[in-house]
Amino acid sequence: MSDTTVRAPSAAAEHPVPTGLWVWRYIILRRISQVGILLLFFGTLHWGWEFSKDVGLLSGNLSASTFIGLIPLTDPFAALQIFLTGHVLAQESLIGVAVVLGFYLLVGGRVFCSWVCPVNMVTDAAGWLRNKLGILAIFHLPRALRYFILAATLVITVISGLAAFEWVSPIGMMHREIVFGLGMGFTALLAIFLFDLLILKHGWCGHLCPLGAFYGLVGKTALIRVRFDKNTCTHCGECAKICPEPQVLNLKKLEERGYVFSGECSNCGRCTPICPEGSLKFDFKPLIRGHNVQADAIAVQRRTK
Amino acid sequence: MSDSSQPGLDSRRRDFLVKLAQGAALAGTGGLLWDYILRNEARAAPYALRPPGALDEDDFNAACIKCGQCVVDCPPLILKLQPAGGNLPIGMPYFEPRTGPCIMCPDIPCMKACPTGALSPSLKKIEDARMGLAVIDIENCLSWKGLRCEICHRECPVKGKAITLETHPRQISKHAMFVPLVHSDSCTGCGICEKACPTTIAAIRVLPHKLVQGKIGEHYRLGWTFDTEVTQDFKSPEVAPADGSEAAVPKTAPGVDYLNEGGL
Repeated sequence: MSDTTVRAPSAAAEHPVPTGLWVWRYIILRRISQVGILLLFFGTLHWGWEFSKDVGLLSGNLSASTFIGLIPLTDPFAALQIFLTGHVLAQESLIGVAVVLGFYLLVGGRVFCSWVCPVNMVTDAAGWLRNKLGILAIFHLPRALRYFILAATLVITVISGLAAFEWVSPIGMMHREIVFGLGMGFTALLAIFLFDLLILKHGWCGHLCPLGAFYGLVGKTALIRVRFDKNTCTHCGECAKICPEPQVLNLKKLEERGYVFSGECSNCGRCTPICPEGSLKFDFKPLIRGHNVQADAIAVQRRTK
Repeated sequence: MSDSSQPGLDSRRRDFLVKLAQGAALAGTGGLLWDYILRNEARAAPYALRPPGALDEDDFNAACIKCGQCVVDCPPLILKLQPAGGNLPIGMPYFEPRTGPCIMCPDIPCMKACPTGALSPSLKKIEDARMGLAVIDIENCLSWKGLRCEICHRECPVKGKAITLETHPRQISKHAMFVPLVHSDSCTGCGICEKACPTTIAAIRVLPHKLVQGKIGEHYRLGWTFDTEVTQDFKSPEVAPADGSEAAVPKTAPGVDYLNEGGL
Protein backbone atom coordinates (compact mmCIF):
# COMPACT_ATOMS: atom_id res chain seq x y z
CA MET A 1 0.00 0.00 0.00
CA SER A 2 2.67 2.49 1.03
CA ASP A 3 4.53 1.59 -2.10
CA THR A 4 1.72 2.71 -4.35
CA THR A 5 1.16 5.96 -2.50
CA VAL A 6 4.82 6.84 -2.79
CA ARG A 7 4.88 5.98 -6.44
CA ALA A 8 1.69 7.80 -7.29
CA PRO A 9 2.80 11.35 -8.19
CA SER A 10 5.71 10.40 -10.40
CA ALA A 11 3.69 7.70 -12.13
CA ALA A 12 0.87 10.08 -12.84
CA ALA A 13 3.30 12.48 -14.45
CA GLU A 14 4.84 9.68 -16.48
CA HIS A 15 1.52 8.46 -17.75
CA PRO A 16 -1.05 11.16 -18.44
CA VAL A 17 -4.69 10.20 -18.92
CA PRO A 18 -4.91 8.88 -22.47
CA THR A 19 -6.83 10.92 -24.98
CA GLY A 20 -7.77 10.61 -28.62
CA LEU A 21 -10.10 8.44 -30.64
CA TRP A 22 -8.50 5.18 -29.46
CA VAL A 23 -9.81 5.85 -25.96
CA TRP A 24 -13.30 5.89 -27.40
CA ARG A 25 -12.97 2.55 -29.09
CA TYR A 26 -15.39 0.63 -26.88
CA ILE A 27 -17.95 3.41 -26.94
CA ILE A 28 -17.79 3.46 -30.74
CA LEU A 29 -18.13 -0.33 -30.86
CA ARG A 30 -21.06 -0.17 -28.46
CA ARG A 31 -22.88 2.38 -30.58
CA ILE A 32 -22.27 0.24 -33.66
CA SER A 33 -23.65 -2.75 -31.78
CA GLN A 34 -26.70 -0.89 -30.43
CA VAL A 35 -27.60 0.79 -33.69
CA GLY A 36 -26.68 -2.26 -35.75
CA ILE A 37 -29.06 -4.56 -33.86
CA LEU A 38 -31.93 -2.10 -34.29
CA LEU A 39 -30.99 -1.76 -37.95
CA LEU A 40 -31.17 -5.53 -38.45
CA PHE A 41 -34.70 -5.55 -37.00
CA PHE A 42 -35.70 -2.53 -39.05
CA GLY A 43 -34.18 -3.81 -42.28
CA THR A 44 -35.83 -7.21 -41.93
CA LEU A 45 -39.27 -5.61 -41.55
CA HIS A 46 -39.07 -2.62 -43.88
CA TRP A 47 -36.47 -3.49 -46.49
CA GLY A 48 -37.04 -7.23 -46.61
CA TRP A 49 -33.53 -8.21 -45.56
CA GLU A 50 -33.34 -11.95 -45.98
CA PHE A 51 -30.97 -14.69 -44.95
CA SER A 52 -32.27 -16.92 -47.71
CA LYS A 53 -35.47 -17.01 -49.76
CA ASP A 54 -38.38 -15.93 -47.53
CA VAL A 55 -36.28 -16.28 -44.38
CA GLY A 56 -35.85 -12.97 -42.60
CA LEU A 57 -32.49 -11.99 -41.18
CA LEU A 58 -33.59 -10.88 -37.71
CA SER A 59 -37.33 -10.84 -37.25
CA GLY A 60 -39.04 -9.31 -34.22
CA ASN A 61 -37.57 -6.97 -31.63
CA LEU A 62 -35.63 -7.11 -28.37
CA SER A 63 -38.55 -8.78 -26.54
CA ALA A 64 -38.38 -11.82 -28.77
CA SER A 65 -36.97 -12.49 -32.19
CA THR A 66 -35.88 -15.13 -34.63
CA PHE A 67 -32.39 -14.97 -36.10
CA ILE A 68 -32.02 -16.33 -39.67
CA GLY A 69 -35.32 -18.14 -39.27
CA LEU A 70 -33.66 -20.66 -37.02
CA ILE A 71 -32.48 -19.35 -33.67
CA PRO A 72 -35.17 -18.04 -31.35
CA LEU A 73 -34.16 -15.30 -28.95
CA THR A 74 -36.38 -14.30 -26.02
CA ASP A 75 -36.00 -11.65 -23.36
CA PRO A 76 -35.72 -13.83 -20.23
CA PHE A 77 -37.19 -11.12 -17.99
CA ALA A 78 -40.25 -10.73 -20.22
CA ALA A 79 -40.62 -14.50 -20.34
CA LEU A 80 -40.38 -14.67 -16.55
CA GLN A 81 -43.17 -12.12 -16.24
CA ILE A 82 -45.39 -13.97 -18.70
CA PHE A 83 -44.71 -17.17 -16.79
CA LEU A 84 -45.81 -15.42 -13.58
CA THR A 85 -49.12 -14.42 -15.18
CA GLY A 86 -49.83 -18.14 -15.27
CA HIS A 87 -48.98 -18.93 -18.87
CA VAL A 88 -46.71 -21.72 -19.92
CA LEU A 89 -44.78 -20.34 -22.83
CA ALA A 90 -44.50 -22.19 -26.09
CA GLN A 91 -41.34 -24.21 -26.62
CA GLU A 92 -39.86 -21.70 -29.03
CA SER A 93 -39.84 -19.03 -26.31
CA LEU A 94 -38.22 -21.33 -23.81
CA ILE A 95 -35.41 -22.19 -26.22
CA GLY A 96 -35.03 -18.46 -26.87
CA VAL A 97 -34.73 -17.80 -23.14
CA ALA A 98 -32.05 -20.49 -22.83
CA VAL A 99 -30.04 -19.02 -25.71
CA VAL A 100 -30.17 -15.44 -24.41
CA LEU A 101 -29.67 -16.36 -20.77
CA GLY A 102 -26.75 -18.62 -21.67
CA PHE A 103 -25.11 -15.85 -23.66
CA TYR A 104 -25.39 -13.27 -20.89
CA LEU A 105 -24.34 -15.74 -18.21
CA LEU A 106 -21.07 -16.03 -20.12
CA VAL A 107 -20.34 -12.47 -21.24
CA GLY A 108 -21.97 -10.60 -18.34
CA GLY A 109 -25.64 -9.86 -17.83
CA ARG A 110 -25.42 -6.14 -18.06
CA VAL A 111 -23.59 -6.42 -21.35
CA PHE A 112 -27.18 -6.12 -22.54
CA CYS A 113 -27.38 -2.70 -20.90
CA SER A 114 -24.35 -1.15 -22.52
CA TRP A 115 -24.04 -3.08 -25.77
CA VAL A 116 -27.64 -3.79 -26.81
CA CYS A 117 -30.21 -1.66 -24.97
CA PRO A 118 -31.13 1.43 -27.04
CA VAL A 119 -32.10 3.46 -23.96
CA ASN A 120 -28.42 3.38 -23.01
CA MET A 121 -27.77 5.81 -25.84
CA VAL A 122 -30.26 8.24 -24.31
CA THR A 123 -28.93 7.94 -20.78
CA ASP A 124 -25.29 8.10 -21.93
CA ALA A 125 -26.11 11.32 -23.77
CA ALA A 126 -27.76 12.71 -20.65
CA GLY A 127 -24.81 11.64 -18.50
CA TRP A 128 -22.31 13.21 -20.90
CA LEU A 129 -24.24 16.48 -21.03
CA ARG A 130 -24.66 16.50 -17.27
CA ASN A 131 -20.89 16.24 -16.88
CA LYS A 132 -20.32 19.01 -19.43
CA LEU A 133 -22.75 21.36 -17.72
CA GLY A 134 -21.53 20.42 -14.26
CA ILE A 135 -25.02 19.93 -12.89
CA LEU A 136 -25.04 19.34 -9.17
CA ALA A 137 -26.92 16.56 -7.43
CA ILE A 138 -30.32 17.42 -5.92
CA PHE A 139 -30.72 14.21 -3.97
CA HIS A 140 -29.47 10.67 -3.86
CA LEU A 141 -31.26 7.37 -4.13
CA PRO A 142 -29.80 4.04 -3.12
CA ARG A 143 -28.64 2.05 -6.12
CA ALA A 144 -30.24 -1.01 -4.57
CA LEU A 145 -33.63 0.58 -5.29
CA ARG A 146 -33.68 -1.22 -8.64
CA TYR A 147 -33.77 -4.61 -6.91
CA PHE A 148 -36.87 -3.54 -5.00
CA ILE A 149 -38.44 -2.35 -8.26
CA LEU A 150 -37.52 -5.71 -9.78
CA ALA A 151 -39.27 -7.48 -6.90
CA ALA A 152 -42.26 -5.14 -7.25
CA THR A 153 -42.46 -5.95 -10.97
CA LEU A 154 -42.80 -9.62 -10.22
CA VAL A 155 -45.34 -9.12 -7.42
CA ILE A 156 -47.52 -6.79 -9.51
CA THR A 157 -47.29 -9.21 -12.43
CA VAL A 158 -48.79 -11.92 -10.25
CA ILE A 159 -51.48 -9.59 -8.88
CA SER A 160 -52.57 -7.98 -12.13
CA GLY A 161 -52.09 -10.96 -14.43
CA LEU A 162 -50.19 -8.73 -16.86
CA ALA A 163 -46.45 -8.58 -17.52
CA ALA A 164 -45.98 -5.52 -15.31
CA PHE A 165 -42.74 -4.12 -16.72
CA GLU A 166 -43.39 -5.02 -20.35
CA TRP A 167 -46.54 -2.88 -20.36
CA VAL A 168 -44.75 0.25 -19.18
CA SER A 169 -41.15 -0.36 -20.23
CA PRO A 170 -39.53 2.63 -21.94
CA ILE A 171 -37.00 0.19 -23.38
CA GLY A 172 -39.81 -1.72 -25.08
CA MET A 173 -41.40 1.53 -26.25
CA MET A 174 -38.13 2.69 -27.77
CA HIS A 175 -37.17 -0.41 -29.72
CA ARG A 176 -40.76 -1.18 -30.75
CA GLU A 177 -41.36 2.32 -32.00
CA ILE A 178 -38.05 2.49 -33.85
CA VAL A 179 -38.72 -0.84 -35.55
CA PHE A 180 -42.51 -0.86 -35.93
CA GLY A 181 -43.63 2.73 -36.07
CA LEU A 182 -43.65 5.85 -33.97
CA GLY A 183 -46.04 6.75 -31.19
CA MET A 184 -45.73 8.64 -27.96
CA GLY A 185 -42.89 6.50 -26.64
CA PHE A 186 -40.44 9.33 -27.16
CA THR A 187 -42.09 11.25 -24.32
CA ALA A 188 -41.03 8.49 -21.93
CA LEU A 189 -37.50 8.71 -23.32
CA LEU A 190 -37.53 12.48 -22.97
CA ALA A 191 -38.58 12.02 -19.36
CA ILE A 192 -35.68 9.63 -18.77
CA PHE A 193 -33.28 12.04 -20.49
CA LEU A 194 -34.38 14.97 -18.35
CA PHE A 195 -34.42 12.87 -15.19
CA ASP A 196 -30.85 11.71 -15.83
CA LEU A 197 -29.71 15.16 -16.92
CA LEU A 198 -31.25 17.39 -14.28
CA ILE A 199 -32.47 15.29 -11.38
CA LEU A 200 -30.43 12.18 -10.68
CA LYS A 201 -27.08 11.25 -12.24
CA HIS A 202 -27.33 7.85 -13.92
CA GLY A 203 -30.89 7.84 -12.58
CA TRP A 204 -32.64 5.38 -14.86
CA CYS A 205 -29.95 2.82 -15.69
CA GLY A 206 -28.16 3.05 -12.37
CA HIS A 207 -31.04 3.26 -9.91
CA LEU A 208 -34.45 2.36 -11.35
CA CYS A 209 -34.44 0.00 -14.31
CA PRO A 210 -35.62 -3.46 -13.20
CA LEU A 211 -34.33 -5.06 -16.39
CA GLY A 212 -30.85 -3.82 -15.55
CA ALA A 213 -31.30 -5.19 -12.03
CA PHE A 214 -32.35 -8.54 -13.47
CA TYR A 215 -29.33 -8.67 -15.74
CA GLY A 216 -27.15 -7.54 -12.82
CA LEU A 217 -28.16 -10.72 -11.02
CA VAL A 218 -27.64 -12.79 -14.17
CA GLY A 219 -24.15 -11.33 -14.60
CA LYS A 220 -22.73 -12.80 -11.40
CA THR A 221 -21.25 -15.74 -13.28
CA ALA A 222 -19.82 -13.78 -16.20
CA LEU A 223 -16.55 -14.94 -17.70
CA ILE A 224 -15.55 -11.65 -19.30
CA ARG A 225 -14.42 -9.32 -16.56
CA VAL A 226 -12.38 -6.21 -16.04
CA ARG A 227 -9.10 -7.35 -14.46
CA PHE A 228 -7.47 -5.11 -11.87
CA ASP A 229 -3.73 -4.92 -11.35
CA LYS A 230 -3.12 -3.52 -7.86
CA ASN A 231 0.60 -3.17 -8.48
CA THR A 232 0.32 -0.53 -11.14
CA CYS A 233 -2.77 1.31 -9.89
CA THR A 234 -1.94 4.79 -8.60
CA HIS A 235 -5.40 5.46 -7.15
CA CYS A 236 -5.79 8.42 -9.47
CA GLY A 237 -9.54 7.85 -9.63
CA GLU A 238 -9.95 8.52 -13.35
CA CYS A 239 -11.88 5.26 -13.76
CA ALA A 240 -14.39 6.02 -11.01
CA LYS A 241 -14.98 9.46 -12.52
CA ILE A 242 -16.29 8.11 -15.81
CA CYS A 243 -17.83 4.85 -14.57
CA PRO A 244 -21.66 4.91 -14.63
CA GLU A 245 -21.67 2.38 -11.78
CA PRO A 246 -18.68 3.63 -9.73
CA GLN A 247 -19.57 1.45 -6.73
CA VAL A 248 -18.24 -1.55 -8.67
CA LEU A 249 -14.76 0.03 -8.63
CA ASN A 250 -14.46 -0.18 -4.84
CA LEU A 251 -10.67 -0.35 -4.40
CA LYS A 252 -10.72 -2.63 -1.40
CA LYS A 253 -12.85 -5.20 -3.17
CA LEU A 254 -10.81 -4.82 -6.36
CA GLU A 255 -7.61 -5.60 -4.47
CA GLU A 256 -9.23 -8.57 -2.76
CA ARG A 257 -10.64 -10.12 -5.91
CA GLY A 258 -8.28 -8.94 -8.57
CA TYR A 259 -11.15 -8.07 -10.90
CA VAL A 260 -14.45 -6.18 -10.98
CA PHE A 261 -16.67 -8.64 -9.19
CA SER A 262 -20.09 -6.97 -9.07
CA GLY A 263 -22.77 -8.00 -11.56
CA GLU A 264 -23.65 -4.33 -11.82
CA CYS A 265 -20.61 -3.75 -14.06
CA SER A 266 -21.91 -3.63 -17.62
CA ASN A 267 -18.56 -4.21 -19.33
CA CYS A 268 -19.07 -0.90 -21.08
CA GLY A 269 -15.34 -0.40 -21.56
CA ARG A 270 -15.10 3.17 -20.33
CA CYS A 271 -12.51 2.54 -17.61
CA THR A 272 -10.14 0.21 -19.44
CA PRO A 273 -8.87 2.65 -22.09
CA ILE A 274 -8.86 5.67 -19.78
CA CYS A 275 -6.64 4.13 -17.09
CA PRO A 276 -3.25 5.88 -17.34
CA GLU A 277 -1.43 2.83 -15.98
CA GLY A 278 -3.34 0.19 -17.86
CA SER A 279 -4.32 -1.35 -14.54
CA LEU A 280 -7.82 -2.19 -15.77
CA LYS A 281 -8.13 -4.56 -18.71
CA PHE A 282 -10.79 -6.88 -20.09
CA ASP A 283 -9.82 -10.46 -19.37
CA PHE A 284 -11.19 -13.97 -19.39
CA LYS A 285 -12.11 -14.85 -15.81
CA PRO A 286 -10.30 -18.24 -15.58
CA LEU A 287 -7.08 -16.51 -16.68
CA ILE A 288 -7.31 -13.56 -14.32
CA ARG A 289 -5.67 -15.25 -11.32
CA GLY A 290 -2.68 -16.31 -13.40
CA HIS A 291 -2.30 -12.87 -14.93
CA ASN A 292 -2.42 -11.22 -11.53
CA VAL A 293 0.21 -13.59 -10.10
CA GLN A 294 2.39 -12.74 -13.07
CA ALA A 295 1.85 -9.01 -12.50
CA ASP A 296 2.73 -9.40 -8.83
CA ALA A 297 5.96 -11.19 -9.74
CA ILE A 298 6.93 -8.44 -12.18
CA ALA A 299 6.21 -5.80 -9.53
CA VAL A 300 8.42 -7.60 -6.99
CA GLN A 301 11.17 -7.85 -9.60
CA ARG A 302 10.97 -4.12 -10.33
CA ARG A 303 11.05 -3.21 -6.67
CA THR A 304 14.15 -5.35 -6.01
CA LYS A 305 16.03 -3.83 -8.95
CA MET B 1 -27.93 1.48 33.71
CA SER B 2 -30.96 -0.08 32.20
CA ASP B 3 -32.65 3.31 32.07
CA SER B 4 -29.88 4.82 29.98
CA SER B 5 -29.57 1.90 27.54
CA GLN B 6 -33.27 1.30 27.15
CA PRO B 7 -34.18 4.57 25.35
CA GLY B 8 -31.33 4.04 22.87
CA LEU B 9 -32.58 0.58 22.04
CA ASP B 10 -36.14 1.82 21.81
CA SER B 11 -35.30 4.66 19.46
CA ARG B 12 -33.32 2.33 17.25
CA ARG B 13 -36.21 -0.08 17.18
CA ARG B 14 -38.55 2.82 16.58
CA ASP B 15 -36.41 4.04 13.69
CA PHE B 16 -36.40 0.61 12.20
CA LEU B 17 -40.17 0.24 12.51
CA VAL B 18 -40.73 3.70 11.00
CA LYS B 19 -38.41 2.85 8.11
CA LEU B 20 -40.23 -0.43 7.63
CA ALA B 21 -43.58 1.36 7.58
CA GLN B 22 -42.24 3.98 5.17
CA GLY B 23 -40.89 1.32 2.85
CA ALA B 24 -44.16 -0.59 2.97
CA ALA B 25 -46.14 2.59 2.29
CA LEU B 26 -43.92 3.50 -0.64
CA ALA B 27 -44.19 0.01 -2.09
CA GLY B 28 -47.93 -0.07 -1.48
CA THR B 29 -48.78 3.27 -3.07
CA GLY B 30 -46.33 2.78 -5.92
CA GLY B 31 -47.62 -0.72 -6.50
CA LEU B 32 -51.26 0.39 -6.48
CA LEU B 33 -50.51 3.15 -8.98
CA TRP B 34 -48.60 0.75 -11.21
CA ASP B 35 -51.37 -1.82 -11.01
CA TYR B 36 -53.95 0.88 -11.87
CA ILE B 37 -51.96 1.98 -14.92
CA LEU B 38 -51.72 -1.63 -16.13
CA ARG B 39 -55.42 -2.35 -15.72
CA ASN B 40 -56.35 0.95 -17.31
CA GLU B 41 -54.17 0.16 -20.29
CA ALA B 42 -55.61 -3.35 -20.61
CA ARG B 43 -59.18 -2.02 -20.50
CA ALA B 44 -58.89 -0.81 -24.09
CA ALA B 45 -58.39 -4.38 -25.29
CA PRO B 46 -62.02 -5.29 -26.23
CA TYR B 47 -61.86 -2.85 -29.13
CA ALA B 48 -58.85 -4.48 -30.75
CA LEU B 49 -59.01 -6.96 -33.61
CA ARG B 50 -56.25 -9.50 -33.05
CA PRO B 51 -54.52 -11.76 -35.57
CA PRO B 52 -56.00 -15.23 -36.20
CA GLY B 53 -55.63 -17.73 -33.39
CA ALA B 54 -55.33 -15.07 -30.68
CA LEU B 55 -56.23 -16.33 -27.23
CA ASP B 56 -59.14 -14.80 -25.32
CA GLU B 57 -58.62 -11.20 -24.33
CA ASP B 58 -57.22 -11.68 -20.82
CA ASP B 59 -54.98 -14.55 -21.84
CA PHE B 60 -53.76 -12.73 -24.93
CA ASN B 61 -52.97 -9.62 -22.88
CA ALA B 62 -50.91 -11.76 -20.55
CA ALA B 63 -49.19 -14.04 -23.05
CA CYS B 64 -48.25 -11.65 -25.86
CA ILE B 65 -44.58 -10.69 -25.52
CA LYS B 66 -44.99 -7.72 -27.90
CA CYS B 67 -42.23 -8.86 -30.25
CA GLY B 68 -43.98 -8.16 -33.53
CA GLN B 69 -42.84 -11.31 -35.33
CA CYS B 70 -46.42 -11.80 -36.54
CA VAL B 71 -46.21 -8.30 -38.00
CA VAL B 72 -43.00 -9.15 -39.85
CA ASP B 73 -44.33 -12.42 -41.23
CA CYS B 74 -47.75 -11.11 -42.35
CA PRO B 75 -47.63 -11.24 -46.19
CA PRO B 76 -49.90 -8.22 -46.83
CA LEU B 77 -48.30 -6.41 -43.85
CA ILE B 78 -51.64 -5.43 -42.36
CA LEU B 79 -50.69 -6.08 -38.76
CA LYS B 80 -49.46 -3.23 -36.60
CA LEU B 81 -48.02 -3.01 -33.11
CA GLN B 82 -49.76 -0.40 -31.03
CA PRO B 83 -47.21 2.26 -30.09
CA ALA B 84 -47.35 4.11 -26.77
CA GLY B 85 -50.12 6.65 -26.36
CA GLY B 86 -52.60 4.97 -28.68
CA ASN B 87 -56.12 3.93 -27.77
CA LEU B 88 -55.33 0.21 -27.68
CA PRO B 89 -53.11 -1.72 -25.25
CA ILE B 90 -49.45 -1.00 -25.85
CA GLY B 91 -47.19 -3.07 -28.03
CA MET B 92 -49.61 -5.75 -29.18
CA PRO B 93 -50.58 -6.63 -32.75
CA TYR B 94 -53.90 -5.52 -34.24
CA PHE B 95 -55.37 -4.78 -37.63
CA GLU B 96 -57.86 -2.32 -39.05
CA PRO B 97 -60.02 -3.99 -41.71
CA ARG B 98 -61.11 -0.82 -43.49
CA THR B 99 -57.53 -0.10 -44.49
CA GLY B 100 -56.01 -3.55 -44.23
CA PRO B 101 -58.11 -6.68 -43.84
CA CYS B 102 -56.72 -10.14 -43.10
CA ILE B 103 -56.34 -12.02 -46.37
CA MET B 104 -56.69 -15.38 -44.61
CA CYS B 105 -53.46 -17.09 -45.70
CA PRO B 106 -54.10 -20.85 -45.58
CA ASP B 107 -50.75 -21.51 -43.83
CA ILE B 108 -51.38 -18.80 -41.16
CA PRO B 109 -47.79 -17.41 -41.07
CA CYS B 110 -48.54 -14.87 -38.31
CA MET B 111 -49.61 -17.63 -35.95
CA LYS B 112 -46.55 -19.70 -36.85
CA ALA B 113 -44.29 -16.73 -36.10
CA CYS B 114 -45.66 -16.30 -32.57
CA PRO B 115 -43.02 -17.56 -30.13
CA THR B 116 -45.16 -17.57 -26.97
CA GLY B 117 -48.39 -19.21 -28.12
CA ALA B 118 -50.43 -16.01 -27.69
CA LEU B 119 -51.53 -16.78 -31.25
CA SER B 120 -52.48 -20.32 -30.45
CA PRO B 121 -51.13 -23.10 -32.65
CA SER B 122 -54.35 -25.00 -31.93
CA LEU B 123 -55.82 -23.10 -34.88
CA LYS B 124 -55.34 -25.54 -37.74
CA LYS B 125 -57.52 -24.05 -40.48
CA ILE B 126 -57.79 -20.35 -41.13
CA GLU B 127 -61.56 -20.79 -41.68
CA ASP B 128 -61.79 -21.63 -37.97
CA ALA B 129 -60.28 -18.28 -36.97
CA ARG B 130 -62.61 -15.94 -35.10
CA MET B 131 -60.93 -12.55 -35.18
CA GLY B 132 -64.20 -10.70 -34.92
CA LEU B 133 -67.71 -10.65 -36.31
CA ALA B 134 -69.03 -8.61 -39.24
CA VAL B 135 -72.00 -6.45 -38.29
CA ILE B 136 -74.25 -4.68 -40.79
CA ASP B 137 -75.66 -1.23 -40.25
CA ILE B 138 -78.95 -1.84 -42.08
CA GLU B 139 -79.80 1.85 -42.06
CA ASN B 140 -76.85 2.62 -44.31
CA CYS B 141 -76.39 -0.63 -46.21
CA LEU B 142 -77.02 -0.09 -49.93
CA SER B 143 -78.67 -3.50 -50.27
CA TRP B 144 -81.08 -2.62 -47.50
CA LYS B 145 -81.91 0.52 -49.46
CA GLY B 146 -83.05 -1.66 -52.29
CA LEU B 147 -79.95 -1.48 -54.49
CA ARG B 148 -78.30 -4.59 -55.85
CA CYS B 149 -74.97 -3.93 -54.15
CA GLU B 150 -74.10 -7.25 -52.52
CA ILE B 151 -70.37 -6.51 -52.73
CA CYS B 152 -69.71 -7.90 -49.26
CA HIS B 153 -71.42 -11.13 -50.21
CA ARG B 154 -69.32 -11.50 -53.35
CA GLU B 155 -66.02 -10.54 -51.72
CA CYS B 156 -66.44 -12.76 -48.67
CA PRO B 157 -63.72 -15.44 -48.65
CA VAL B 158 -66.00 -17.88 -46.83
CA LYS B 159 -68.37 -17.64 -49.75
CA GLY B 160 -72.00 -18.42 -49.21
CA LYS B 161 -71.46 -19.35 -45.60
CA ALA B 162 -70.36 -16.29 -43.65
CA ILE B 163 -72.53 -13.88 -45.60
CA THR B 164 -75.69 -15.06 -47.34
CA LEU B 165 -78.19 -13.09 -49.39
CA GLU B 166 -81.75 -13.24 -48.20
CA THR B 167 -84.82 -11.87 -49.88
CA HIS B 168 -86.56 -9.27 -47.87
CA PRO B 169 -90.07 -8.16 -48.84
CA ARG B 170 -90.74 -4.51 -49.40
CA GLN B 171 -94.11 -2.88 -49.76
CA ILE B 172 -96.55 -4.26 -52.30
CA SER B 173 -95.80 -3.46 -55.95
CA LYS B 174 -92.06 -3.18 -55.37
CA HIS B 175 -89.40 -5.81 -55.94
CA ALA B 176 -88.07 -7.77 -53.00
CA MET B 177 -84.69 -6.71 -51.69
CA PHE B 178 -81.64 -8.95 -51.58
CA VAL B 179 -80.01 -8.22 -48.26
CA PRO B 180 -76.79 -9.60 -46.79
CA LEU B 181 -76.91 -11.57 -43.56
CA VAL B 182 -73.83 -12.51 -41.52
CA HIS B 183 -73.53 -15.90 -39.88
CA SER B 184 -71.32 -16.06 -36.81
CA ASP B 185 -70.68 -19.77 -37.21
CA SER B 186 -68.68 -19.09 -40.39
CA CYS B 187 -67.56 -15.47 -40.21
CA THR B 188 -63.82 -15.34 -39.43
CA GLY B 189 -63.77 -11.58 -38.93
CA CYS B 190 -61.18 -11.08 -41.66
CA GLY B 191 -62.74 -7.76 -42.62
CA ILE B 192 -62.56 -8.11 -46.40
CA CYS B 193 -66.25 -7.12 -46.49
CA GLU B 194 -65.50 -3.98 -44.50
CA LYS B 195 -62.69 -3.09 -46.89
CA ALA B 196 -64.93 -3.69 -49.90
CA CYS B 197 -68.04 -1.89 -48.66
CA PRO B 198 -68.64 1.04 -51.06
CA THR B 199 -70.34 3.41 -48.61
CA THR B 200 -68.35 6.41 -47.36
CA ILE B 201 -68.15 4.91 -43.92
CA ALA B 202 -68.39 1.14 -44.11
CA ALA B 203 -71.92 -0.15 -43.45
CA ILE B 204 -70.52 -3.58 -42.65
CA ARG B 205 -67.88 -3.61 -39.97
CA VAL B 206 -65.92 -6.17 -38.02
CA LEU B 207 -66.10 -5.90 -34.26
CA PRO B 208 -64.88 -8.16 -31.48
CA HIS B 209 -67.52 -10.74 -30.60
CA LYS B 210 -67.70 -9.54 -27.05
CA LEU B 211 -69.06 -6.18 -28.16
CA VAL B 212 -71.82 -7.40 -30.45
CA GLN B 213 -72.80 -10.96 -29.76
CA GLY B 214 -75.65 -11.81 -27.43
CA LYS B 215 -76.44 -15.13 -25.80
CA ILE B 216 -79.73 -16.78 -25.05
CA GLY B 217 -80.34 -18.50 -21.77
CA GLU B 218 -79.42 -22.14 -21.61
CA HIS B 219 -82.90 -23.15 -20.51
CA TYR B 220 -84.42 -22.36 -23.90
CA ARG B 221 -85.26 -25.50 -25.91
CA LEU B 222 -85.79 -24.76 -29.54
CA GLY B 223 -87.80 -27.86 -30.34
CA TRP B 224 -88.16 -27.04 -34.01
CA THR B 225 -84.44 -27.08 -34.75
CA PHE B 226 -82.79 -30.39 -35.40
CA ASP B 227 -79.59 -29.82 -33.49
CA THR B 228 -81.12 -28.87 -30.17
CA GLU B 229 -79.39 -30.84 -27.52
CA VAL B 230 -81.45 -32.91 -25.15
CA THR B 231 -80.28 -32.27 -21.63
CA GLN B 232 -80.42 -34.78 -18.87
CA ASP B 233 -83.56 -33.21 -17.40
CA PHE B 234 -85.59 -34.15 -20.41
CA LYS B 235 -84.10 -37.52 -21.17
CA SER B 236 -86.01 -40.65 -20.38
CA PRO B 237 -84.47 -42.66 -17.60
CA GLU B 238 -82.16 -45.20 -19.11
CA VAL B 239 -83.55 -48.59 -18.48
CA ALA B 240 -81.33 -51.47 -19.40
CA PRO B 241 -83.34 -54.06 -21.34
CA ALA B 242 -83.58 -57.42 -19.65
CA ASP B 243 -82.18 -59.34 -22.60
CA GLY B 244 -79.05 -57.13 -22.73
CA SER B 245 -79.71 -55.89 -26.27
CA GLU B 246 -79.54 -52.23 -27.36
CA ALA B 247 -81.78 -49.75 -25.63
CA ALA B 248 -85.11 -49.36 -27.33
CA VAL B 249 -84.86 -45.59 -27.36
CA PRO B 250 -81.87 -44.31 -29.36
CA LYS B 251 -79.73 -41.90 -27.35
CA THR B 252 -79.96 -39.24 -30.01
CA ALA B 253 -83.77 -39.06 -29.83
CA PRO B 254 -84.73 -35.38 -29.99
CA GLY B 255 -86.94 -35.27 -26.97
CA VAL B 256 -89.01 -37.70 -25.06
CA ASP B 257 -92.15 -38.95 -26.65
CA TYR B 258 -93.67 -39.86 -23.35
CA LEU B 259 -97.25 -39.30 -24.44
CA ASN B 260 -96.96 -42.03 -27.06
CA GLU B 261 -95.14 -44.46 -24.83
CA GLY B 262 -98.03 -45.21 -22.61
CA GLY B 263 -96.70 -43.38 -19.62
CA LEU B 264 -100.16 -42.17 -18.84
